[in-house]
Amino acid sequence: MKMPAFEYACPETLAEAVALLASHDGEAKPIAGGQSLLPMMAFRVAQPTLLVDLRKLAELRGIRISSDGVRLGALVRWRDIQDDARLATAHPLLADAIKHVAHYQVRNRGTVGGSMAHADPASEMPGVAVTCDAEIAVRGKSGTRTIKAADFFLGALTTALAPDEIITEVRLPAWPANRRHGFQEFARRRGDFAMSGVALFYDLDAGGKAANAHVGVIGVGDHPKRLAAVEAVVNGQTVDEATIAKAVAAASAAVEPPDDIHASAAYRKALTGTLVERALRSAAA
Amino acid sequence: MKNTFIGTSMERREDLRFLRGKGIYVDDLAPSNLLYAVIMRSNIAHGRLKSIDASAALKIPGVHSVITAKDMPGGPPIIPMRLQPLPEFKPFEQLVIADDKVRYVGEPLAMVLAESVAIGEDALEVIALEIEDLPAVPDWRAAEKNESLLFEPAGSNRALTFEARKGDADAAFKNAPYVRREQLRTGRHFGLTLEPRGVMAEWDAASGHLTVSGAAKVPFFNRRILAKQIGLPEEAITMIENDVGGGYGARGEFYPEDFLIPFAARHVNRPVKWIEDRRENLIAMNHARESEADIEIACERDGTIIGLRGFVHTDMGAYMRTNGAVGARNIPQFMGGPYRVPHVKIDSLLWMTNKTPVGTYRGPGRYEGSFYIERLLDMVAHDLGIDRVELRRRNLITSAEQPYEIATVQPTDARDQYDSGDYEQALDRCLKEFGWNDKAKLQGKLIDGRYHGLAVCCFVEGGAAGPKESARLEINSDGTISVFMGSSAVGQGVETVFAQIAADALEVPVDRISHVHHGSTTTVSDGYGAYHSRSVVMGGSALLDAATKFQAAIKDAAAKRLGCNASEVRLGEDKVFGPGGKSLLLAELAGLTVEGAFLNKKHTYSYGTHAAHITVDAKLGQVQIVDYMVVQDVGRAINPMTLRGQIIGSLVQGLGGAMLEHLQYDEQGQFLTGTLADYLLPTAGDFPNLRCIVTEDHPSPINPLGAKGAGEGGIVAAGGVMANAVANALQSFGVQPRQLPLTPTYIWELVQAGQRQAAE
Ligand SMILES: Cc1cc2nc3c(=O)[nH]c(=O)nc-3n(C[C@H](O)[C@H](O)[C@H](O)COP(=O)(O)OP(=O)(O)OC[C@H]3O[C@@H](n4cnc5c(N)ncnc54)[C@H](O)[C@@H]3O)c2cc1C
Repeated sequence: MKMPAFEYACPETLAEAVALLASHDGEAKPIAGGQSLLPMMAFRVAQPTLLVDLRKLAELRGIRISSDGVRLGALVRWRDIQDDARLATAHPLLADAIKHVAHYQVRNRGTVGGSMAHADPASEMPGVAVTCDAEIAVRGKSGTRTIKAADFFLGALTTALAPDEIITEVRLPAWPANRRHGFQEFARRRGDFAMSGVALFYDLDAGGKAANAHVGVIGVGDHPKRLAAVEAVVNGQTVDEATIAKAVAAASAAVEPPDDIHASAAYRKALTGTLVERALRSAAA
Repeated sequence: MKNTFIGTSMERREDLRFLRGKGIYVDDLAPSNLLYAVIMRSNIAHGRLKSIDASAALKIPGVHSVITAKDMPGGPPIIPMRLQPLPEFKPFEQLVIADDKVRYVGEPLAMVLAESVAIGEDALEVIALEIEDLPAVPDWRAAEKNESLLFEPAGSNRALTFEARKGDADAAFKNAPYVRREQLRTGRHFGLTLEPRGVMAEWDAASGHLTVSGAAKVPFFNRRILAKQIGLPEEAITMIENDVGGGYGARGEFYPEDFLIPFAARHVNRPVKWIEDRRENLIAMNHARESEADIEIACERDGTIIGLRGFVHTDMGAYMRTNGAVGARNIPQFMGGPYRVPHVKIDSLLWMTNKTPVGTYRGPGRYEGSFYIERLLDMVAHDLGIDRVELRRRNLITSAEQPYEIATVQPTDARDQYDSGDYEQALDRCLKEFGWNDKAKLQGKLIDGRYHGLAVCCFVEGGAAGPKESARLEINSDGTISVFMGSSAVGQGVETVFAQIAADALEVPVDRISHVHHGSTTTVSDGYGAYHSRSVVMGGSALLDAATKFQAAIKDAAAKRLGCNASEVRLGEDKVFGPGGKSLLLAELAGLTVEGAFLNKKHTYSYGTHAAHITVDAKLGQVQIVDYMVVQDVGRAINPMTLRGQIIGSLVQGLGGAMLEHLQYDEQGQFLTGTLADYLLPTAGDFPNLRCIVTEDHPSPINPLGAKGAGEGGIVAAGGVMANAVANALQSFGVQPRQLPLTPTYIWELVQAGQRQAAE
């Protein structure tokens, strides 16, 4: 489990980093925290000829909170999110979800941009991004563009990023005060990738009814997705036992998870329903 | 001075070295001119090896050579059985490198020697392999069909059937008022060591001497095998035991690499080192435990056990390895555990499959057997309306029945008896410390979304395998004393306990024992190693013998110097005293050395009880431990603190096998759990709230220390306890787990089935 030989570069500017990626015919890869890329290289599943280290690119750092929402620089680490007390109100769903990422050591190094680009189907950040209609800002040789989270994840470990593109920022829309949320996942050991996970929110209208429901799932398909059928059940309703029961049934019906070594498909389907139930309960509590 | 180091919770003397990063593991050794070995392993489970073309690999700068079976004059040697070396097993033994057929994913095919491991792995990518696929045999049910044979000349995939017999089971079953038959299974898991295996070999061409570092467990035996295979006298080989990061029965057996690396060093006349990486560790180290029982229990209406009858099928993997038969033999012999079972008739079938071969893992066969009997007992209690504790109490072997004969196993004619103990006393102590009566009302209760369950299981643990162990004492130039042991250190803390035993026996302060050397073939004339919880009993008793002889030898030597009779010499801490105020410093006798031995054919049986309180989230299928208590009677505890560490450590391994660890394959024999993200080991947060108590109520009558092997008791009952606790918690759904591990999916399926049945 030793990595194949590769070159290493640590550019000072984003433009330089993009140029390096662009000049290597897709054989170069950015490296951020290295927590996903290096194991892939040790297994020789990934064999880039050049690693472009992003660590000196100050413009990829920092959490910016404004009335527009929360902007997470690509190099923001899980630890930074956990340590930022403002997020408890600025984006409580994000704060709750990130608590479930990996273990202490990995949280000290893993980054938002790395997680988005790696696109593990069970990772939390992509789940939050899809659930919240986030935008992903990227920079490539032909300039910058933003990609909607819904269009970004194409499959397991596959995204809409071109080989020369670097994620600079993930933008989460603002979090209104009347928003209720829940995040639930279940893994066999704490910190493992979840067998299923649910991120959801809805806005309480003046009559105490739910509106604008967003329900996202991770770990039950090849990429995170929203469950429109569940959202439809919740919208316009009081979130009571009857609504929750309907949402659970809709959630189990809406997902088609695969069997794998950790759990059966049938279990995962039922688990997703259970997690929707618990997430809605905690949202309504 | 009368010492009492024995029985004292002294801190481990090895820990300072480890905590300061001063441990020396085999991977820390790097002599000059070293070559690194990397092993090409089969990625096909079953096939015929057509060709290996390494020409492209040899062109890579830094690649020294590529060795295959063809490079071995007379063909690659086989690895013989160490335990139960029956002629029936011969056709199923493993060649050190595949020659004609490959039989499991992970089987060595070629060895690259290179200037670095990374270069060696580059070479692996360009070695061209041609393997003709054969139909894989993924499990014992497929093996039984004999449609695809692993070993064509053998004509069958069944290597052997062990027959465990006691009394007349058929007659007893015929008249039994109550019989229950069950199919129960344990999963495939293994003694994963945090430090993977490693071997480094140095060949001294001038003197014709081979030095092999990385030895563990049974270095003397392995030297015998290697000497024969490689064509050297035993004296021409030195096996060195370095610090070892875990053994558990798996490390230190003779594996293919234990031949390949020494062979390579001699072949190319350079030092060669191989360190197993984690992916290799999961497919190259012995697997264990996967078995299925089709078993009947017969009882009187009052729950008295009459007999056990049926079949056990063990998935042996692709080859019969050194100690691979032990588990399959132990399951039927020890299925009765601490309970009185007058009639036993169990056939244990050993099936060859296209998986990594199996070997022993802490509590071999006893873990499986305990799961089987304990599941059956809870079902019996339910059927007959008897309290689970009371049922066990009724059936525990009493101290008046000791020594107690258990079933005999053929064809090895394995006879055995438990040595001593009051099993009910341990049960009572466990119930009391655990607070069973207070907790009993929680059984099956749903509180805050979680169902509460309790279970209690009793166990025995075997130890002290003979035939012999050796110990040697030597006076150092500064007058301190060195201890040399034939036993091996695999992390159990033997340096500390042997120092305690030596200091007591010699009546000197413990810091006068300067070193405890162990595990290398240089320590004593004839060593036997560390397995079957034997180090303290066998090594410790040998040490007592050595101490007596050592004291006599000191007196003799001192008498000569002092010009008196040996009987007139008195031993002090660092001096010896003769008559008339004459004395001699011990240092003046530096170099004086004496070896002692302990011979023993009997086994010790420590015993005890596990009790657990768990909760289950029935929707997630998630189990949490609220409290877990182990009481184990060990006869005599040399160091209660390190012993408790052994019990808790082995308990966590048992819980890993019960809840998490599972080596999985698909129908083609492809291995699915090749990383520690797939093979789930317990981590620090998984099993909190574990407690244990060590008792010394019944010393073993078969050794002078009164000690019993005690490194495996924590693991034995863990599977049965967890499954029974889950059944107890989920009784409202009629849940009866019949297999391990108890994954969330499995528990959830049982709950679903229970709900469906209730609805019908
Ligand atoms: C034991 C373990 C457990 C884990 N558990 C979880 C978990 O529960 N949940 C979870 O979400 N994650 C988990 N992870 C993954 C962890 O969060 C990773 O760190 C994260 O997915 C990737 O971030 P990174 O910064 O380490 O990326 P890297 O490993 O450096 O890179 C990953 C990929 O992203 C690319 N990349 C990195 N940055 C950028 C960028 N700015 N623009 C474009 N491409 C980029 C790289 O080229 C590479 O392809 C776990 C990891 C480990 C080792």
